[in-house]
Amino acid sequence: MTGSAAADPRGDPPAGERVPAIEAVEVSRTYQLDGVSVEALRGVSLTVQPGDYVALVGPSGSGKSTLMHLLGGLDRPTGGRLVIGGRDVNALAPPEMATLRNETIGFVFQAFHLLPRTSAVENVALPLVYRGMSARQRRERAAAMLGRVGLGHRLDHRPNQMSGGEQQRVAIARALVTEPTVLLADEPTGNLDSVTGAAVLELLEQLNAESGVALVMVTHDQEVAARAHRRITMRDGVVVADSADPRSAHDRPPSVDHGRPATLVPAPSAEPRSASGSGPGHPSGGSGGAAGATGRLPREVERPEAHPRDAAPGDAVAREGAAGAREVERPGGTA
Amino acid sequence: MRVAEAWRVALDALRANRLRSALTMLGVIIGVASVVLLVAIGTGTKQKVEQQVEGLGSNLLLVVPGRIEVGNAPVVSPLTLKDVDAVTRVVGDPDRVAVTVASGATARAGARSDFTTVQGVLETTPAVFTRSLARGRYLTGTDVDTSRRVAVLGDSVARALFPDRDPLGQQVALAGVRFRVIGVFAPLGQSLGVDRDDEVHVPVTAAQRLWGTQRVDGIAVKAPDRERIDELGERIVAELNRRHPDTEFSAVTQQQILGVLGDILGVLTGVLAAIAGISLLVGGVGVSNIMLVSVRERTREIGLRKAVGARPRDIGVQFLLEAVLLTTIGGLTGMALGVGTALLVDALSPIPAAITWWSLALAFGVSAVVGIVFGVVPAQRAGRLDPVVALRTE
Repeated sequence: MTGSAAADPRGDPPAGERVPAIEAVEVSRTYQLDGVSVEALRGVSLTVQPGDYVALVGPSGSGKSTLMHLLGGLDRPTGGRLVIGGRDVNALAPPEMATLRNETIGFVFQAFHLLPRTSAVENVALPLVYRGMSARQRRERAAAMLGRVGLGHRLDHRPNQMSGGEQQRVAIARALVTEPTVLLADEPTGNLDSVTGAAVLELLEQLNAESGVALVMVTHDQEVAARAHRRITMRDGVVVADSADPRSAHDRPPSVDHGRPATLVPAPSAEPRSASGSGPGHPSGGSGGAAGATGRLPREVERPEAHPRDAAPGDAVAREGAAGAREVERPGGTA
Repeated sequence: MRVAEAWRVALDALRANRLRSALTMLGVIIGVASVVLLVAIGTGTKQKVEQQVEGLGSNLLLVVPGRIEVGNAPVVSPLTLKDVDAVTRVVGDPDRVAVTVASGATARAGARSDFTTVQGVLETTPAVFTRSLARGRYLTGTDVDTSRRVAVLGDSVARALFPDRDPLGQQVALAGVRFRVIGVFAPLGQSLGVDRDDEVHVPVTAAQRLWGTQRVDGIAVKAPDRERIDELGERIVAELNRRHPDTEFSAVTQQQILGVLGDILGVLTGVLAAIAGISLLVGGVGVSNIMLVSVRERTREIGLRKAVGARPRDIGVQFLLEAVLLTTIGGLTGMALGVGTALLVDALSPIPAAITWWSLALAFGVSAVVGIVFGVVPAQRAGRLDPVVALRTE
């Protein structure tokens, strides 16, 4: 438990500063697997502001997914302080966590996770069910949201009657129907071919720009990551690079920034092994050091010193080919 | 989540797996149907027996040697017609006292014969036991006093011996001795599996002479009113005890007979219902099993619902309602099946069956409780699923 960090009064922003959508301070997460503790996160600090567009990148096993689950209130940190929508997660019981997720977080998953045998509009309305909203109201709001993602004509289609891109749009509509402050997308284009994926990405960016919902996206795709206003790179359970959001720094309109290489600003936790050694999530702890040394591949996925644009084209072609071979977009409305 | 919404979700889930839901329900259906049917048969039997005992005549007091209790061996009667006279003096009205001395005997008429029960009785029998004649006349006081060899035939005896003739005035040989048929009883039907029309009434004096005995088996008294029936019984027993100090006597009323029979049949019905209840329990285990499968199958759905804001309770309620729906729909179907079968059995077989509201309410209530009891564990398991793990499940 990083007690000093949790008690830090940084949680109260000075007047004039925006209230953070999510604030993580020295957050760690340790799993117990067959009696062995595995440190998936070891002291991550970051703040997501309303309207942010963040790409979370890093190799497999770097802790991206664990961080996503924590940021979305699906899981609890084993150390540190995590404040979502102004509420300290450690102080919330499971039912309160559920309500918090319902009110402040929208999830988009790689595998869509739509309910089968359930129409698009009912899938989108699902989060509203847990608000006790009437069926008529739910349908109205869900239909309006489907209209915003361009599926106003597919209200009563079922997932198996829709293409992958359409299904992901339904999932996006479901994530946003509650008007959350943060949209968490876990590889949202991972199961889509490149053209469909690009369209879904554009939709997410458009919704981020229009509604001011913060967009936090886990991705492996360098090209996708390059479009974000801020990139957070993780490795071995810590944040190794966090580019600042150019909008917050320079107050520029967000539309101009799409595709621009983000300026890299070293984050406080960029050099974790030397910078802070008090928490249990650090190599000074024997088990943690062992896990870090043996459990991770020293694979270089992210190169913070290179401009992402330079690396993008070749990567993108390779990925496009692979994606195209993996999944063929089905034409919609065949049934 | 609203309750109406939760019901709709549960119903949708059952619809999505129609065959599986139907097979799971089948266990409950069979359990509930057998409870309803067996309780109906038990109740029907009890009602019929009660009707028949009451049909014997009202305010009846049966005086027999020995105790009337379940499991007691019958006692050889020391009673004679002198004791009957003594009882008559206690009662004060000879028309209210009937006797019987009965034995099995072969009745013969021409080439036809029928093994039947020959009852030696007084002329008072129709008044005490509410019997009516279809033809002819009953025995008279003179018939009894003079040991006249005359007989009144039960309906089935008359049919067996004289299928194509009028039995009145015909000769019947009872245990080899000739009697003249003077009347035929109106049919009574069966009681406790006994054909009550398979009997022949003759004067008690003639019967005693036929079998070479002085005894009578028992005395029946029709009390003037219900209030004094117990007191009258005590007086009769006291008089008989005075006359036969070595023998114990009992005077039982219809209410007491009904009580004993009711106890026996009640136990029987309870045992039948319990056996049927076991199959209901087995059906409940099936429900529990299927709900666990359902939770596992829909792990991802549970994870997603949690991600979008379902509380553990919402998920638990959803699965609990699913289990309760399975058992209550099964319960209602089983009730319909049980009632239908009971009505068929009652109509088409000699077994009586009567539907009682309490058995229906009980069967339905039990099936709902079974759903809750056997749905709780799967529902809790679903509610406690870790959303992160659940979403990762393939």
